[in-house]
This record gives sequence, C-alpha cells and structure tokens, in this order.
Amino acid sequence: MSLLHMVAASPFTHRALEACLARWSDGDALLLMEDAVAAALDGAVTPLPGNGPVFVLLPDLVARGLAARPLRHGATPVDYGGFVDLAARYDGSVSWF
Amino acid sequence: MRFAILVTEGPHGHQATDSALAFAGAVLERGHQLPQVFFYGDGVLNANRLSAPPAGERHPVRGWSRLAAEQGVELLICANAALKRGVREATLAPGFRIVGLGQLAGMLVAADRLITFGA
Repeated sequence: MSLLHMVAASPFTHRALEACLARWSDGDALLLMEDAVAAALDGAVTPLPGNGPVFVLLPDLVARGLAARPLRHGATPVDYGGFVDLAARYDGSVSWF
Repeated sequence: MRFAILVTEGPHGHQATDSALAFAGAVLERGHQLPQVFFYGDGVLNANRLSAPPAGERHPVRGWSRLAAEQGVELLICANAALKRGVREATLAPGFRIVGLGQLAGMLVAADRLITFGA
C-alpha cells in the first residue's frame, strides 16, 4: 500500500519529518507543506527520503516569500489541485505531527 | 473519488484550518466528492459562531459555513470535544452539526481517502 506522507511542521522545531522517514516504505511519497516547506529549499541539510518523490506545496512557499528560492534536487512544487491529485493517486495518507 | 477531511486544530492558532479549507475547495474543483468534514479536539473551535475577527482579517469559521452553504458539505463536530470547549448548539455557526464519534467512523468507512489537518 503506497502512502502519501504529509509533513507540515518545521524541521527546525519538530521531529515530524524524521518520524515520517523512520516509517518510509518503497513507493511512498512525501508532501512538504506549511512550515515544513523549508526542508525543500536548496541548501537545507534536513534529511529527505533516499528514494521516492518529494513534493512541496507552492502556495506555502509563496506565503513565506520563498517561491523564488531554488529547490533541492528532486523536489517538485504542486498547487492545491496537485495536492488533491496526489491524495487520489496514493492508496492512503499519513499526517505527521 | 470520495474524500473525507478531519480537522484537529482550532482556527486561530495554526495554519491547519487554512490548509484544510484550501484543500476542501480544491477537492471539489477537481470534481471529487466531499460529503463531510469532521472536526475533533480543538478543531471544534472552527464551529464557534461567536468568532468575530476584525474586518479584513481571515475568517475561517465563515469560510467553513460558506463551504457548507454553497457546496452542501456537512460539517460535523465531536460532541465531547465541543462540550469540553464550550461549543454548544446555541453557538454553532451555520452548517455545523454536533454528532457522536460513530459519525466519524461512518465517514471513514464511506470515504475512499481521508486527509487529516492538524498540528
């Protein structure tokens, strides 16, 4: 069963991203949103999944003035419509707090 | 596809409510179904019609009520969580309904996808 992992908390203040990665399975995908979009920026040293796609919610980058910043290799921006498509494409989702 | 949304955070302490509202709109725009949104824990504070932000500020409670009125989405809030937080029938914003957790179970069984917004 493929999962869409949603992480919203900042990787600098919360361990949600690490908790998510500890439960990662092949075929899963990661969506970084809200304060977690910082983890998608080029130069960020916080861990990302070694395999599997990484998406970042563009409106949350825009809201933080980060939309012009380059993203880490492999991170793909999506809008809310793209978020819905991801939720539909994967068998289930997990929100990490 | 039939979606369900669970909101576990209040409207003014965190972005979760804004994310949930934007996601709900996008679900419907994409042509999917969103019969119900369930509010649990501090999420029930989204149902408080006494919420009155200053003019020009974001108004999430009104945003939910509009979603209910315009799209027919049922807004269900957990009875125990509501009582605990002083949210009563008399203070419910339009579109919200106080229900038991059995309704949450029913929503989950009927939905193809559940997306949770919290913090």
